[in-house]
Amino acid sequence: MEITVPPFDIKSIAPIILVTITGIVVLITDVFLKKLPKETLGYFSFLAVLITGVIISSQLGTTVYSFSNTFVVDDFSIFFNFIFLISTAIVILMSVTYLRQEGINYGEYYTLILFATVGMMLMAGGADLITIFLGLEIMSISLYVLAGFRRDRLDSNEASLKYFLLGAFSTCFLLYGIALLYGATGTTNINEIGTFITNNHAYSNPMIIMGTCLLIIGFGFKTASVPFHKWAPDVYQGAPTSVTAFMSAGPKAAAFAVFLRVFLVSLPGLETKWSVILWVMSVLTMTVGNVVAITQTNIKRMLAYSSIAHAGYVLMAIVTASSLGTASILFYLLVYVFMNLGAFAVIMVLGKKGKENLQIDDYSGLGYKHPVLAITMSIFMFSLAGIPPFAGFMGKFYIFSSAIKSGYIVLAIIGVINSVISVYYYLRVTVVMYMKQPVREFAPLSLSPFIILALIITIWGTIHLGIFPSRIIEFAQESVLLP
Amino acid sequence: MPGLFGESFLDLIGLVLLFPLAGAIVNGLCGKKLSPSIVGFIGCATVGLAFLISILVFLDLLKLSPEHRLFEKEFFTWIGSGSFTAVAGLQVDPLSTVMILVVTGVGFLIHVYSIGYMHGDEGFYRYFTYLNLFTFSMLLLVLANNFLLMFIGWEGVGLCSYLLIGYWFEKKSASSAGKKAFIVNRIGDFGFILAILLIFVTFNTVDFTEVFHSAPKQLTTGSLVATVITLLLFLGATGKSAQIPLYTWLPDAMEGPTPVSALIHAATMVTAGVYMVVRCNVLFVMSPFSLTIVAVIGGATALFAATIGLAQNDIKRVLAYSTVSQIGYMFLACGVGAFVTGIFHLITHAFFKALLFLGSGSVIHALGGEQDMRKMGGLKKYLPTTYKTFLIGTLAIAGIPPFAGFFSKDEILLEAYTKGNLLFWGLGAFAALLTAFYMFRLLFMTFHGKSRMDKHVEEHVHESPMNMLLPLMILAFLSVVGGFLGFPAASAINNFLAPVVGGRGHIGMVNGGETHHVSQNLMFSMMGLSTGIAIVGIMLAYILYCKKPDLPAQIAGRFKFVYNILLNKYYVDEIYDATIVNPTIKSSFFLWRWIDVRIIDGFVNGVARFVELKSEVLRLFQTGFVRNYALSMLLGGIIIIICALFFL
Repeated sequence: MEITVPPFDIKSIAPIILVTITGIVVLITDVFLKKLPKETLGYFSFLAVLITGVIISSQLGTTVYSFSNTFVVDDFSIFFNFIFLISTAIVILMSVTYLRQEGINYGEYYTLILFATVGMMLMAGGADLITIFLGLEIMSISLYVLAGFRRDRLDSNEASLKYFLLGAFSTCFLLYGIALLYGATGTTNINEIGTFITNNHAYSNPMIIMGTCLLIIGFGFKTASVPFHKWAPDVYQGAPTSVTAFMSAGPKAAAFAVFLRVFLVSLPGLETKWSVILWVMSVLTMTVGNVVAITQTNIKRMLAYSSIAHAGYVLMAIVTASSLGTASILFYLLVYVFMNLGAFAVIMVLGKKGKENLQIDDYSGLGYKHPVLAITMSIFMFSLAGIPPFAGFMGKFYIFSSAIKSGYIVLAIIGVINSVISVYYYLRVTVVMYMKQPVREFAPLSLSPFIILALIITIWGTIHLGIFPSRIIEFAQESVLLP
Repeated sequence: MPGLFGESFLDLIGLVLLFPLAGAIVNGLCGKKLSPSIVGFIGCATVGLAFLISILVFLDLLKLSPEHRLFEKEFFTWIGSGSFTAVAGLQVDPLSTVMILVVTGVGFLIHVYSIGYMHGDEGFYRYFTYLNLFTFSMLLLVLANNFLLMFIGWEGVGLCSYLLIGYWFEKKSASSAGKKAFIVNRIGDFGFILAILLIFVTFNTVDFTEVFHSAPKQLTTGSLVATVITLLLFLGATGKSAQIPLYTWLPDAMEGPTPVSALIHAATMVTAGVYMVVRCNVLFVMSPFSLTIVAVIGGATALFAATIGLAQNDIKRVLAYSTVSQIGYMFLACGVGAFVTGIFHLITHAFFKALLFLGSGSVIHALGGEQDMRKMGGLKKYLPTTYKTFLIGTLAIAGIPPFAGFFSKDEILLEAYTKGNLLFWGLGAFAALLTAFYMFRLLFMTFHGKSRMDKHVEEHVHESPMNMLLPLMILAFLSVVGGFLGFPAASAINNFLAPVVGGRGHIGMVNGGETHHVSQNLMFSMMGLSTGIAIVGIMLAYILYCKKPDLPAQIAGRFKFVYNILLNKYYVDEIYDATIVNPTIKSSFFLWRWIDVRIIDGFVNGVARFVELKSEVLRLFQTGFVRNYALSMLLGGIIIIICALFFL
């Protein structure tokens, strides 16, 4: 038997290799140079992420399949890679001071963040269900550890364990779904699955339908869509704030990347089925997320539910299965990175070791004591609520208009109603900041140049994309999968 | 240097905007921590640099042949949505160049003056932030290459005007004056924005060049669309430029610091309406009806405001009404189709009215805040420099040759007579008589005669510092020579602006006179006549306020009815209050107390309570137990699979 070595193209995975090596170098350096300040590892990782971004921009405009068609570099994956790298870079900036302050300043933190990023990049570029699964697991395992990074805290441990147990549970669904699809089509390559289904008109093959449903469950878990969302509030609340911020941005986007690629490339033939399921899930996700967020008193938990609700908006655009919908998702996820990470950064600035100030009431009177910080927070809240001129408005606008253009008027109306509900809990933060008397003394802020830089970047993104969205929108439109 | 930055200085036009904006940002963010001298330096230097670049741009524009003097620089597509696009782009042409020279030039002088005038004020940095922001917005207004961007500048100057009128917001009168200015302007802005919408609907673009290019082809002269568009535009102009019926905010706006009155409420912002009408001259020419309205409103305002000016005792209010009146002249010129003459008067007015306001500021400064002319008098000997410059300004506004105001005002009267009719000329001429009278009344009451000052005030009277006097002198110089820009025999400004108004300049003697010539005789007899009118006005003022100071009181007593009407500004504010303001407030109270609180809030709160209840219920499902979570995942999955297999 002749064994053929599949041609491989180092260039196409160069960014992934670079991030991986950085992660390993950080890990080894941390072990051998114990005296090295951990912050240095943070800057080093930040720099590596920036360089990776430069390398990725040189790949723009190409579509290269490599490693026996299991990995692809196209504008779609590149757009997502930008989203990942931006969120990773911002999270690193946010973490440097936070880790020291919380007494969890270990070097492996950056390694885990970088490895999770590697997983996300693999997911976005995966052209084969196995590659996608590999990426998803690399990302998830890193996140399980990160969630429990505050080892001495019970809630952090609880978050980690819950996330791991439920994550393992959802992985079973996903793997079983992949197995069923393989059994029915004889391949795990997503292009070939699509071709097989179209050529054989296998639209009502029960194995394929079941496989599709199981994939929805698996991906639905990772994107925290109702009814697979229950882990999210507990994990978001228990994990260290920097990790919560990280989980809400990059990994979520990665899960949507595979959601889009698999459903639009492999399974467009079953659109009549999955679009109905996703329609219902979208409505449930938006509504549950927004409604339950109203009664939350802990701001991290509130943002967890808000993040669930935002997943609902994105699902709405997947339902349309149109290129406009995909473009609006790409834009929205980028916008979400800026505004959500920004909100978390403000939360971190207000926190101190042992006094994290996570109750919404802790924000009372912030507007008088720290006006700049309060305005910053207000901007992020306004943007999350979708109020112009901030980016969140443009993001929602494009998603809703894609739904309307594809004829999903009812879905769009439900989305708008949900948007209105969400204004209540976002603005409550602003109201508390400006219209209530402080309940106690404010401790000095935990400011450092890095978190200030993170805040500047996120504010800039939130405002810039709100006022001048056209360039990024064009880029997103060029990066969609469908013709 | 141009080689470094591109083809020519025209490419640098963005910097003209950038400098004042940068000044506003730096002062706004860090001003509180900077020392006042640095704040003042930043404020002045940024505008000064903008002025320098404006000069370079102007010189570069002169190098081009007249028909090529249009340079557009587009930065980025601001809005692109379907067929609607708006570009963030600037347009350099003779008209906008003239305007940026005036705005940055006069603006720079007033910034310098402000350092002295606002010395020691607590909100020093806030003041300069607003002033720089205003300069930026005004430049954006005149440089924009489309209606929408112009509207941004238009709103920006409105905002800054509001902020600066209410600058001393602890004073109730100041904050209400700011509010009044803002609300009255809203009415005009509403007209403007409707006009922009109608322009977009009609021409499918908001770009100046495209609109003005297709207007003559798409519309017929006198068509309804052209009339409606131009009338709406003019409504916007009446708001911003304080014309009948929306002029009432400007006199109240004198609550702001005096340099602000000079910059915003005399030299630049209030003339934005005139600029806008001239910019849209292509549209206005297509509607003779609108032009007539413009001329009638302009002429009527010129006279109406002048009559009010006769009886006011607050030095700044007299100047405010004179501003309203002078802008009326500019609209009169535009209304008879003499757009260039309107701009010409705008420029000379910027010089002499800024001078007069700054001069009055110097007086107020010297008297420790006193604005009532009845408590002044005899200031000539205390404030010699202020007096001399003020006299020049007064002569200029009264229309005595060879001062700046003479040329522009005389030209307006000439145009009103030749292109319009005797009525327009009559309005203008009578207003000119009144102008000369009330301005010299102001001069005599303030600087001549016996002192009527309080004892302790008189002890502290002092001439202003040099950084306040220097701008006065420069403006005085400009008020002397500014008129020669439009000297009939070689009208520089007419030739320069001719391309913008499509050759419809004024009736020059040498150039641009293809339309119809005016005989030299007519021109000189008109000049003589208007000089005569001015001198009569001055003589009257001299007799009443210098020779026989008791006479005015007697006259006021004799014609008590007329005097009271003038003193109370025709009771227009009271009429507006009774007919519009109070009914609006009353009905809004009704809407608030009944419709909003009872019905709408009741409904909204009901919905909110429902959602909250639902939230409480849903929250119960979040038990915190992993087994429950896993169960719900499983159940969800089963439902999905069953539905997909059997129901879809």
